[in-house]
Amino acid sequence: MSTLAWIDVALRGARPQAMGALLRHFRELDLAEEAFQEACLRALKSWPRNGPPRDTVAWLVLVGRNAALDGVRRRNRERELPGEEALSDLSDAEGPLAEQLDEADYRDDLLRLLFMCCHPELPATQQIALALRVVCGLTVPEIARAFLVTDVAMEQRITRAKKLVAAERIPFEMPSAPERAERLSAVAAVLYLLFNEGYSATGGSAHVRVPLCDEAIRLARLLLRLFPGEPEMLGLTGLMLLQHSRSKARLDAQGAIVLLEDQDRGLWDRDRVAEALALLDKALRHGSPGPYQVQAAIAALHARAPRFEDTDWAEIEQLYAALERLQPSPVVSLNRAVAVAKLRGPAAALAMLDALAKDLAGYFYFFGVRGALLTDLGRPDEAREAFDRALAIAKSPAEAAHIRLQIDRLTRK
Amino acid sequence: MHYAILCYDREDIVESWTPEQDAAVIAKLDVVTDRLAREGRLGPVARLMPTTTATTVRKGKETLILDGPFAETKEQLLGFFIVECASLEQAIATAKDLGAASSTNGSYEIRPLRLLRPEAPRP
Repeated sequence: MSTLAWIDVALRGARPQAMGALLRHFRELDLAEEAFQEACLRALKSWPRNGPPRDTVAWLVLVGRNAALDGVRRRNRERELPGEEALSDLSDAEGPLAEQLDEADYRDDLLRLLFMCCHPELPATQQIALALRVVCGLTVPEIARAFLVTDVAMEQRITRAKKLVAAERIPFEMPSAPERAERLSAVAAVLYLLFNEGYSATGGSAHVRVPLCDEAIRLARLLLRLFPGEPEMLGLTGLMLLQHSRSKARLDAQGAIVLLEDQDRGLWDRDRVAEALALLDKALRHGSPGPYQVQAAIAALHARAPRFEDTDWAEIEQLYAALERLQPSPVVSLNRAVAVAKLRGPAAALAMLDALAKDLAGYFYFFGVRGALLTDLGRPDEAREAFDRALAIAKSPAEAAHIRLQIDRLTRK
Repeated sequence: MHYAILCYDREDIVESWTPEQDAAVIAKLDVVTDRLAREGRLGPVARLMPTTTATTVRKGKETLILDGPFAETKEQLLGFFIVECASLEQAIATAKDLGAASSTNGSYEIRPLRLLRPEAPRP
């Protein structure tokens, strides 16, 4: 890797934790961002000459804090602090700071920073956009591309989101155990949103936007390192890895959706699957099931089946039933109905769908599943009706193309 | 003598590599390990899964099972090469070759090793 590429990667990797620590220091998002920016500029000057610091996060926090102090001193016409060249012998300068910044601080700092982005008054997409900008350090054009809006529109959204967040008083004391648990669960929800935004691409033409999925997994792993024994964080990270392991198989060469049953399982990323299964094993040891763990367990059953025909639908149906109890939702019931169709045939599943029709009247997959069940039952006219409804609410060209294919098959029969 | 060349680096940074950067690093390392294999000097090479997958078993009167790696360190053990080397000098030269090929940061720790069960087949 070239020096610049390495520095770029190191700055990206260090950003979430360094920003979290700088936010605690300055108590203001703008100041923390400015300090981090300044520290990055100095890193670009200093690291190629002096070599990389051993602890990049501590270096960036220390230099960022000094840079901000520098500014204050300049304004006060005082003597400037020594430059960061003097700090590059890091064994001396970094030691005490690195000790102050122990893992306990880092974990609450990072959690606070992410939690800030989960402001309840922000719509979900803005929570994600803010996290991508502030925590991951993606540029505004990069985020705008991911959400398929103009740079100006995204800039405005992020500025508004930041203002809203800045007005909120977020406590900087160490959170209590229940507060910490509450923050962690809000943050987990946003990470999953971020992942799903990348996975299903609402309104977009690209069906799988990989960078968003990668960022979500990176943040989940980072959090998991700080909270290694949280079963639901283990479950969530495993779940995302399992879903993402199929990304190469989900679209064909023309960009059309490939259903799970038709996917080339040889394209599934076995490294991601293996890592996810290891995480899930660890989670289950805690004997404290939760929605992310159950969803990961379902995804794991798909990953473990060498062929679609080998899928353990009985186990999957039971897991969806467990999920219905933990986190009742019509979407979960719809998924359970799909498992029931495999186990007991389309008629039983269709009966379950009738109970969901009102709740899922605007849900693309509901009509896709309904159409497929009716097709299997030899009721093409009703199937056509369901597919037409799906087509009307498809959110991406790939979704629409997939339904058109189902309709073509109906008329050819 | 067998040596373990243990790879240490910051996991959060290595995880920030793009898949392309990751693949490029592995491909460059392959050039060196291919050569070592041709020379009949290469043993097992492994990349450890992330420390998030680690479980620690504390031995004692009552064993303690802990989530996470044994030690919280700034740099983590990410993988290793087992290589046959005639001397420490050769082991250092091999580590240098690997380092030059990967052109990443972090450190290699060279540890001579004694095989307790040399006859044991590899899994």
